[in-house]
Amino acid sequence: MGVAIEVKALNAWYGATHTLQDIELNIPANHATALIGPSGCGKSTFVRCLNRMHETNPIARVTGTVRIGDLDIYNDISPVEIRRRVGMVFQRPNPFPTMSIYDNVCSGLKLNGYRNRRELDEIVERSLRSAALWDEVKDDLKKKSGASLSGGQQQRMCIARALAVDPEVLLMDEPASALDPVSTSKIEDLIFQLKSQYTIVIVTHNMQQAARVAEKTGFFLNGRLVEFDSTHKIFTNPSDKRTEDYITGRFG
Amino acid sequence: MAARPRQNLHSAWRTVKDHLATSLAILATLLVVAPLVAIFFYLIYKGASSLNLAFFTQIPKPEGEVGGGMANAIVGSAVVLGVASFFGIPIGIGGGIYLAEFGRGTKLANAIRFTADVLNGVPSIVMGIAAFSLIVVPMHHFSSFAGGVALGIMMIPTVTRTTEEMLLMVPHSVREAALGLGVPNWRSVLSITLKTASPGVITGCMLAFARVAGETAPLLFTALGNQFWSVSLNHEISALPLQIYNYAISPYDDQHRQAWAGSLVLIALIVIAVSLVRFFTSRGTLKGAS
Repeated sequence: MGVAIEVKALNAWYGATHTLQDIELNIPANHATALIGPSGCGKSTFVRCLNRMHETNPIARVTGTVRIGDLDIYNDISPVEIRRRVGMVFQRPNPFPTMSIYDNVCSGLKLNGYRNRRELDEIVERSLRSAALWDEVKDDLKKKSGASLSGGQQQRMCIARALAVDPEVLLMDEPASALDPVSTSKIEDLIFQLKSQYTIVIVTHNMQQAARVAEKTGFFLNGRLVEFDSTHKIFTNPSDKRTEDYITGRFG
Repeated sequence: MAARPRQNLHSAWRTVKDHLATSLAILATLLVVAPLVAIFFYLIYKGASSLNLAFFTQIPKPEGEVGGGMANAIVGSAVVLGVASFFGIPIGIGGGIYLAEFGRGTKLANAIRFTADVLNGVPSIVMGIAAFSLIVVPMHHFSSFAGGVALGIMMIPTVTRTTEEMLLMVPHSVREAALGLGVPNWRSVLSITLKTASPGVITGCMLAFARVAGETAPLLFTALGNQFWSVSLNHEISALPLQIYNYAISPYDDQHRQAWAGSLVLIALIVIAVSLVRFFTSRGTLKGAS
């Protein structure tokens, strides 16, 4: 089951650039939350702070607290462990090119020493079914490389790979921006189904996508969270002038 | 109407340029391949007639006698190259991993990279002298082990630099995928990055192997050479390049013929070894893997 995320006084830097400034935000459990904003506004950095991927860049720095469930992720737990609880889907599909579809999906488990074959088989099937990819790939799970699938299939495989480690939160950083409209709509349907079991945070450039999949939406601008409210309110009656300018297409 | 012929002229000139560039590329390829083919055929012409079963099964006959073979040198080369690969490949790959994954931008990494490049340019006979003073002198005798170490040191810079280059070619997104799944960094480096880069890394190892397989100079004061059977790491041992060298400068025609045959066998064995490694490492490749 998903858990809620509580962010307090979060600041992040890349070198001398202050990319996130004083972010305060409560993301509800088992819902989809969309983050919108123009390029470079800090929304990707923000989700990368939620699973401590931000700090994999040697010049990056972060302060503040992030609580996921009852864990303070910057104090109670190692970055490696938190990433098992907080899965991530990246902007471009990033399958492991040398691995079969099967190995790609269970890579998170296998690389952490999980070896029970029967359970792995079950987990792979369940994850691929959840990612709506099972029927398309079930016949060549171990024969084909993950890189041989189409872009949309690869992205769904990456979602299955993230689900296989049984996370509580799923972070999606523009998961459909490199995909065609048909694949995009499949990913959106998927988010719709997954949010009953996982807390989903999705970064998107596409405002219609935010409106379609998310209950809550946050608008980022220049490293600050300008407004965070129900998606309906953000898109119909935003309280901040800058949000209104952005969603009506006056800039960005 | 004036524009049209001009345009045709323009596109004709483009076609000419295209063909010109293609022919230059083909010419360059031929120039590269021609010496290789020429050497290979010359070796077959000179060496094939002296190849027989005895060449592969017998050890050298005493000075001046006709016949005998290079069986001990073939096995000796295998032993020395085995020792060289045992040291050179793991250390080389380890160094490459450090340079690409852990030491990026550090002073130590820059120093290692510079040292590797310099080491690559050191004449091979100097490696022989180094192994001589480091191993042969303290042990008071020549040995195949010393020869293997000399060749192993020669392999390290090539293996290190190709491993580094190949690891750096693995897209950042693949590393992020592994880290994002909660895989520890060391595990991600070994099981994901290195595995993704493995075809290139293996090519680097094979290049280094093929290069040292033909080296004579580093073996002169280390493995020394041996007219008799030996597979011991602790004794002097024969090796194909050494045997070829000794026979080529000898006054006997039969030994000259055997030197040609030995050269042919050396090239053939290197080709076979490299092909076998390629075959076994590419067997697990999946459909559509990049």
